[in-house]
Amino acid sequence: MLEIKKLQAGIEDKPILKGIDLSVNAGEVHAIMGPNGSGKSTLASVLAGREGFDVTGGEVLYNGNDLLDLAPEERARDGVFLAFQYPVEIPGVNSAYFLRSAVNAVRTHCGEEELDAMNFLKAVKAKMKELGLNEDFLKRPVNTGFSGGEKKRNEILQMAMLNPRLAILDETDSGLDIDALRIVADGVNRLKRDDNAQLVITHYQRLLEYIVPDFVHVLHDGRIIKTGDKSLALELEEKGYDWLVKEAA
Amino acid sequence: MSQAAATDFAATPAEAFAAIEQNGVALMPLRKAGLARFSESGYPSLRDEDWRFTNIEPLTDLPFRPVIDPIDQAPSMEKLGDVAFGRTEADRLVFIDGHFNADLSQTGDQPSGVTVTHLASGLAGLERKVGSLSGGDDNPFVALNDAFFTDGALIQIGDGQCLAKPVHLLFVTTAGKDGEAVHIRNWINAGANAHGTIIESHLSLGQAATVTNVVTESRIGDGANLEHVKFQDQSAKAFHLASLHSELGRDARYAFHSIALGARLSRNNLRMRLARPGIECVLNGLYMMRGQQLADHHMIVEHAAPHCDSHEYFNGVLDDQSRGVFHGRILVQPGAQKTDAKQTNKNLLLSDDATANTKPQLEIYADDVKCTHGATIGEMDDDAIFYLRTRGLDTLTARRMLMHGFAGEIIERIRLDTVREELNALVWDRLEAEHQLD
Ligand SMILES: Nc1ncnc2c1ncn2[C@@H]1O[C@H](COP(=O)(O)OP(=O)(O)OP(=O)(O)O)[C@@H](O)[C@H]1O
Ligand SMILES: [Mg+2]
Repeated sequence: MLEIKKLQAGIEDKPILKGIDLSVNAGEVHAIMGPNGSGKSTLASVLAGREGFDVTGGEVLYNGNDLLDLAPEERARDGVFLAFQYPVEIPGVNSAYFLRSAVNAVRTHCGEEELDAMNFLKAVKAKMKELGLNEDFLKRPVNTGFSGGEKKRNEILQMAMLNPRLAILDETDSGLDIDALRIVADGVNRLKRDDNAQLVITHYQRLLEYIVPDFVHVLHDGRIIKTGDKSLALELEEKGYDWLVKEAA
Repeated sequence: MSQAAATDFAATPAEAFAAIEQNGVALMPLRKAGLARFSESGYPSLRDEDWRFTNIEPLTDLPFRPVIDPIDQAPSMEKLGDVAFGRTEADRLVFIDGHFNADLSQTGDQPSGVTVTHLASGLAGLERKVGSLSGGDDNPFVALNDAFFTDGALIQIGDGQCLAKPVHLLFVTTAGKDGEAVHIRNWINAGANAHGTIIESHLSLGQAATVTNVVTESRIGDGANLEHVKFQDQSAKAFHLASLHSELGRDARYAFHSIALGARLSRNNLRMRLARPGIECVLNGLYMMRGQQLADHHMIVEHAAPHCDSHEYFNGVLDDQSRGVFHGRILVQPGAQKTDAKQTNKNLLLSDDATANTKPQLEIYADDVKCTHGATIGEMDDDAIFYLRTRGLDTLTARRMLMHGFAGEIIERIRLDTVREELNALVWDRLEAEHQLD
């Protein structure tokens, strides 16, 4: 589904990703861990199409097509979803209105009928209930004044409504209390199917107890220096990154 | 087209005033004092600190033509048919070039303790009131208004009374000659625990460089709750000068919304005196300018008593060579402890040639207070656009959504549903039709 080959990217002549190889098949969950500043969010941003990052080498294929050639909205409509590490506040834009526009943009692209206000509300309220989100959320401006945890849950709500094929979750667990973590992880697991995949960026093994990864990758200084299974996360929890960095050097 | 019966020559203020004296109108002492003050001060200039960003030379270059008598033939109802809020269920007072027009107006159904009429009909009892709140202001336009005002609204809500319907004040200028100046005076008195909503709109039918100069005094009693929406949508050559002088009583709630879309130059002076504890005062404004337009909001919020909240929220969308000016002075008097004063001014520049001048000014003489202010001037938030795009929305849709949100943030605060919804649609149409969003 996703094939990242020798990807190099940077910002203003500063190299950040220094040759990433990673392939993700449908039905898989991949975790990406790594110290602060190693390039995890940069990878997520490049996959989602944020402007300002220059891809200086390599390629990314998504279902066989060049992903990097597409505008962010085209990627989204094709099923790529990024849950932001820092969701953006958008004052004045009503959450329900925003989300329905997004859902319908994707549906239209897929040749499905648009959801009318009634059906949208029905669908979104059901998902909100699952995520323990209060309904008055919908009346508030997007992310504005939301607590850290509410913002993260809102990302998962959007994910649930957009139903992506490739979901990239950038530290969706940070800032969540223990109950919220479980709710969010349940939400993510519920969206898991054989024909989609998840790329989960996290610092904590705790999340991976709930969202069990098939592969764990360690990113360091713009390169994947180790790939293992879920036990690698446990090992990292115990020993930190130093030993790996030394091993890789 | 009928002509406003203005002084037909380019008169001096003193010459024009002779016509007022001849008519033998009420409140001569106030008027004479106003004339004297204006003769002394003249118009403000860029050298005055309060006017340093707003050049009114294009106005002062115009002939001096205060409109004194009503025009012969008022516009028909059809002509006014589709004006904003024209269909809002309300008592409507219509003023053409500063004169009340009974045929176009429509009042009734207010409870007995409520007066909704035009000022000229009730001046007899108001000698000591008109000017009592604006009197201390050295703004030359207030002086001019004192001298030349013709009419305006008189709204009195007795203690414990409620406006049964909103009151819509519709001010229309028809003038066809440059410099014709309409001076309007409103007096609003809300008694203790009185409630009500007032909509004030200013429109022009003519395209000439006319001047509207409106002074509103409002006294809001203890526990009263008033919402006031001011909508200014005058023609592209018009000049609009407004000042609001309010004194608020204990636990009063006052929300004033200023929506400024029209006029070549508009200035809103807001002078709020929070005289008793427990007040909540919201000043909320949206200006959308293009071409050579300028919108200036200049406020002084005086916290003269403890435990009062004041919030100012002003957003501006500035296109072409337009300019937005915001001056927010918060004055916290000694003893006004537990003041909570918040001020934000956000400016969205849609063109490289647009300008925003924003000046917060906090003067605090009490130690236990919370005062915050924030101002932004910039283009649309790239992070927000990216966020929306990652959800499948194209760039144009994202920009439109942000723009709508930017304006909507202000409009949202209007409590009266019908007015909020109508403004929402109107502002949106305007943004779509007149501003380059992509
Ligand atoms: N807009 C930017 N301008 C300059 N440098 C940037 C920018 N964005 C990221 N960087 C740099 O790129 C490197 C990688 O950042 P990135 O955000 O991808 O790290 P991360 O692995 O997500 O870290 P964290 O765990 O703290 O979220 C850092 O050194 C960061 O300072
Ligand atoms: Mg990061």
